[in-house]
Amino acid sequence: MTVEKNPQSADANSTRYWRENVKLLGLLLSVWFAVSFGAGILFVDVLNKIEIGGFKLGFWFAQQGSIVAFVILIFVYTARMHVLEKRFGVSDE
Amino acid sequence: MDTQTLTYIFVGLSFALYIGIAVWSRAGSTSEFYVAGGHVHPIANGMATAADWMSAASFISMAGIIAFSGYDASVYLMGWTGGYVLLALLLAPYLRKFGQFTVPDFIGERYYSKTARVVAVICLIIISFTYIAGQMRGVGVVFSRFLELPIEWGVVIGMGIVFFYAVLGGMKGITYTQVAQYCVLIFAYLVPAVFISILMTGNPVPQLGLGSDVVGSDISVLARLDGALVDLGFTAFTEASKSTADIFAITLALMVGTAGLPHVIVRFFTVPKVSDARRSAGYALVFIALLYTTAPAVGAFARLNFIGSVHEKPYAEAPDWVKTWEGIGLIAWMDKNGDGVIQYGPGAPFDGRASYTDDMGVNGERLLANTPTDNANEILVDRDIMVLANPEIAGLPPWVIALVAAGGVAAALSTAAGLLLVISSSISHDLLKKTFRPQITEKTELLAARGAAAAAIVVAGYLGINPPGFVAQVVALAFGLAACSLFPAILMGVFFKDINREGAIAGMVAGLVFTLGYIVYFKSPWFGATNTADHWLFGISPEGIGAIGMAVNFVVAGLVARFTAKTPLAVRQMVDAIRIPAGAATPTSTH
Repeated sequence: MTVEKNPQSADANSTRYWRENVKLLGLLLSVWFAVSFGAGILFVDVLNKIEIGGFKLGFWFAQQGSIVAFVILIFVYTARMHVLEKRFGVSDE
Repeated sequence: MDTQTLTYIFVGLSFALYIGIAVWSRAGSTSEFYVAGGHVHPIANGMATAADWMSAASFISMAGIIAFSGYDASVYLMGWTGGYVLLALLLAPYLRKFGQFTVPDFIGERYYSKTARVVAVICLIIISFTYIAGQMRGVGVVFSRFLELPIEWGVVIGMGIVFFYAVLGGMKGITYTQVAQYCVLIFAYLVPAVFISILMTGNPVPQLGLGSDVVGSDISVLARLDGALVDLGFTAFTEASKSTADIFAITLALMVGTAGLPHVIVRFFTVPKVSDARRSAGYALVFIALLYTTAPAVGAFARLNFIGSVHEKPYAEAPDWVKTWEGIGLIAWMDKNGDGVIQYGPGAPFDGRASYTDDMGVNGERLLANTPTDNANEILVDRDIMVLANPEIAGLPPWVIALVAAGGVAAALSTAAGLLLVISSSISHDLLKKTFRPQITEKTELLAARGAAAAAIVVAGYLGINPPGFVAQVVALAFGLAACSLFPAILMGVFFKDINREGAIAGMVAGLVFTLGYIVYFKSPWFGATNTADHWLFGISPEGIGAIGMAVNFVVAGLVARFTAKTPLAVRQMVDAIRIPAGAATPTSTH
């Protein structure tokens, strides 16, 4: 056993924290899927009919927009988890 | 000063910097050697991860691939960045909380099995060596093009530098060297991109320049490029030529593969806290995105410039760079219709690789021995030259060219060093200390780690000088294997407590056999299989098959786990502890 046993590991608080985390993950990963596989691949032809700032929208998502969205997603997750960990008292800070 | 002297100065100065950092940050313990003592600041780790991640392929080849395949190249842009979302959300924080040294460490402990650990080590070594051969080659290529040294010399010099700081400094030395290498490579990438964007569109931000109007017209860069390509008979730049299913599968395999690459994952073992692991993945992606969002602009500008400077131009009046790269053998022109004018179009201008005769044609071009094809295209261009030739094409000053050379070397060296480290730590730590010789002291383990790093450098150098034709064709292999083996095993280890030892091992082996089998079947010369869409499973190319391999892994692991002994209670408690950030310890070797 290399990881210290956490006395409160299996208690209700931890379980609720984990459920909230998984819910948040589901939400953020849906956005992850929508901007890349959705806008950049599956619906690219439809979105390409719209043109903004010299870019066909589908093409823009595939080569620029999805990458920007990925960065935002990670920082949103970091911020939300910070709040969640404080709320459940499981923060390491 | 001429370009070559400047290049020697720039590359030499960058080497001096790396060596200086290596001496300053020598590793004194296994913890420092494997994970830099776990004290790296998240921003520094983000930069190091970005340098680790962006290889010679990202720096030199990617913009060229985008230039010549347009929308289809989106698979690399999305695939190689989207993986960081998976890493930050699903893997990094939990692996940091687990608090050990290597990826096989986690798999071995979570699945309470030396067999699982050894399977993970085998995956890791195949993935890392496939990857590293290309890096050493990249160093050799940059040296040969800019310093006019033979490729072999370039590889040997690169080996020497990496040897010095990887063996001496371990993860600690590599991390701080990579921070410096990131700065060199991003500066070298952005300077020419900004210059070219200003020249073409007047907009200094390449990401915006891509959609801006070409100077002196009211047509945007992309629209003009689409028009020029369609006129020549190509698919438009912004349109797909691959099938949607294939693009989907390749993107998924690259994303998941990215998240499962051991040299990337291990970077998140080096930060002090669980929250730092998440934040650090975010910073890493910011630093990566800086280059990845610039690449499409560089690619589009380069293609437009290329068409403008060669199509329907008499060879005698072609710009100097055409002749320079023709001299090195990366551009070839065959005057098929004998009019002395270069025509550019879709399709190969002649059969096979360019094979030059020693004679010159009437226009002064190098004559070719190849059989011409019956299309109108007369010019062959190696897409790897786009980033390297871009400063020349745009007429930028020699110091920019020297800077690009130093950036290319930094990109290749930083990735090679990261890979060498995971190879050496998996040998000294996972195989020696944790599997075969548990009685060795920390001092012996550290010595073994340095020895393994040295041996791995020699093997990598050999592969760089004598690249097996097979490896060059299977870059997909590294990502496919990471996607089908390591990523699912780690993910299930954190999120599904019911996946037990038997399930995980069966899943990894099934995913690996399926993916490896599919790639070898289509990519190797042994089976004589036709590598075209009609013959692929669900229309998915070998590049994308890792996505299916991952699904195979999940299904097999789930089924096997259902019908075998439950995961022991102690392991379930360990998973509970990993899920909670509180109580993360700094990795030590005294557990």
